[in-house]
Amino acid sequence: MISGMIMDEKIIEFNNVTFMYDAEDEETGVVSAPAVKGITLAINRGEFMAVLGRNGSGKSTLAKLCNAIYEPYEGDVIVEGMNTREEENGDKIRRKVGMVFQNPDNQIVATIVEDDVAFGPENLGIEPKEIRRRVDEALKSVNMYEHRLRQPHNLSGGQKQRVAIAGVLAMQTDCIVLDEPTAMLDPVGRAEVLQTVKRLNKELGITVIMVTHFMDEAVEADRVVVMSSGEVVMDGTPQQVFSDIEKVRAYGLDVPQSTALCAALSIKENVLNAQQCVDVIDRICGGVK
Amino acid sequence: MISDITIGQYYSGNSVLHRMDARMKLILTFASIVAIFLCKNFFSLGLMVIFTVAATLLSCVPAKMVIKSLKPIIVILIFTAVLNIFYTTGGDTYFKWKFIEITEEGVNTAIFMAIRIVSLVVLSSLLTYTTTPTLLTDALERILSPLKVFKIKVHTLAMMMTLALRFIPTLIEEINRIMNAQKARGADLETGGIVARAKALIPIFIPLMISSFRRAYELAFAMTCRGYTGGEGRTRMKQMKLRVSDFIACAVVCALVGGIIALNIYFEAVI
Repeated sequence: MISGMIMDEKIIEFNNVTFMYDAEDEETGVVSAPAVKGITLAINRGEFMAVLGRNGSGKSTLAKLCNAIYEPYEGDVIVEGMNTREEENGDKIRRKVGMVFQNPDNQIVATIVEDDVAFGPENLGIEPKEIRRRVDEALKSVNMYEHRLRQPHNLSGGQKQRVAIAGVLAMQTDCIVLDEPTAMLDPVGRAEVLQTVKRLNKELGITVIMVTHFMDEAVEADRVVVMSSGEVVMDGTPQQVFSDIEKVRAYGLDVPQSTALCAALSIKENVLNAQQCVDVIDRICGGVK
Repeated sequence: MISDITIGQYYSGNSVLHRMDARMKLILTFASIVAIFLCKNFFSLGLMVIFTVAATLLSCVPAKMVIKSLKPIIVILIFTAVLNIFYTTGGDTYFKWKFIEITEEGVNTAIFMAIRIVSLVVLSSLLTYTTTPTLLTDALERILSPLKVFKIKVHTLAMMMTLALRFIPTLIEEINRIMNAQKARGADLETGGIVARAKALIPIFIPLMISSFRRAYELAFAMTCRGYTGGEGRTRMKQMKLRVSDFIACAVVCALVGGIIALNIYFEAVI
């Protein structure tokens, strides 16, 4: 649906990338299993991509390869024409690709919300007035402006995570990588964060890469990438990926509940969320009546 | 419970003291604390008390909160007062019973010390009530920045202070969580002698240390991602500018110190 609108310009490219945490054991000389192996993937500008996979499938590693935190063991990661291997590109790449982590407590630096959002732009050496403007704007776009003077530890998980997102927005990066941003949140917080991310993608055209293990979140993306044992095993729109229920389950994942329900009812149509499910069942039952 | 903790003890407001430049506030607080110890008689001490009360009123911090800040020192206050009453002797004797003797000088010293301690605590808590921890560490960084000449990493120190303050509530929460987890596994934290209790704390502190290291690691990651490379080339959103009111405050404190010295010379010393 949306994929047709996306510009074809590639923002991040993985070329046959392999990464391992401990490259080689000095004593035994045994090379450890790679966390990510032979990945070739291109992320287009403006895309909302969800990365799925069971624990240990390499999805978090993939995220950290995107902004030069990790350097590939083999192959190259190219971010807007810059290779993450080159040391001097590190800072420049991190100005293009921001990152939000799983635990909101471990990424908030300051004792006041607005000071924390200002941390990124302050590091970039931006003029004070411009920082102020960016901070206000970023807080408004995640709906946290009225909380700007509060202390982070008094906020809910979803609010903290939105502050973290605002921190990246204030740096005006082209791309945001979120590494399981909702894993530690309650359903309300999860919905808040997901809505925020979706809106930023649609309204500001920010490229989003979201690692998640919630199928309902992946359904909201333009593109779903499934990883297993360090490899990309499925890649396509949510419709395409979740239509092959057997295959998805074989990789240790579940399909959205609505999809599973319709499959169990032997409904041939591709259903992804509760609304579609209701519509389809309603139509079929209507026919029976 | 946990959510009640305020980092530092900032009381948000918009009084004259709140709007004052944090650097000036820090320096002036320090100067007035020194002034407390310059006082030699009740006249100069009285001036100091007037200054303290005036500053409290100007800060618009409720009296209740200021009194609350005195709570932790009540024991020290009583202890020093009692010690001074009994151990300092001189002047007229008010009361004598066996070896206990209460004299004029003893009473004077006791009152004097008590007032000193109270004004000291009130003045320093006014600083933390009216300044956010971020501004305070910021101010400290700027005041100490000349030390860069001696290769002291002022920015790093200030950043460490900010992060330490930031993580106090997080770690308190963590301790509670670990304690509950260990209690659920049958850990006994409340009974036993001092040694047994100290031993019981080991299963609390080891997980706490481990998780703190993990947090530190993740935080460092997050900071790198947000472009942190140290103090070089950093700017600040909140600029600090000295205004006329700051210089007036400075003049007031200078007058205070001058007044205290004059009163010390003019009247006889008590202490």
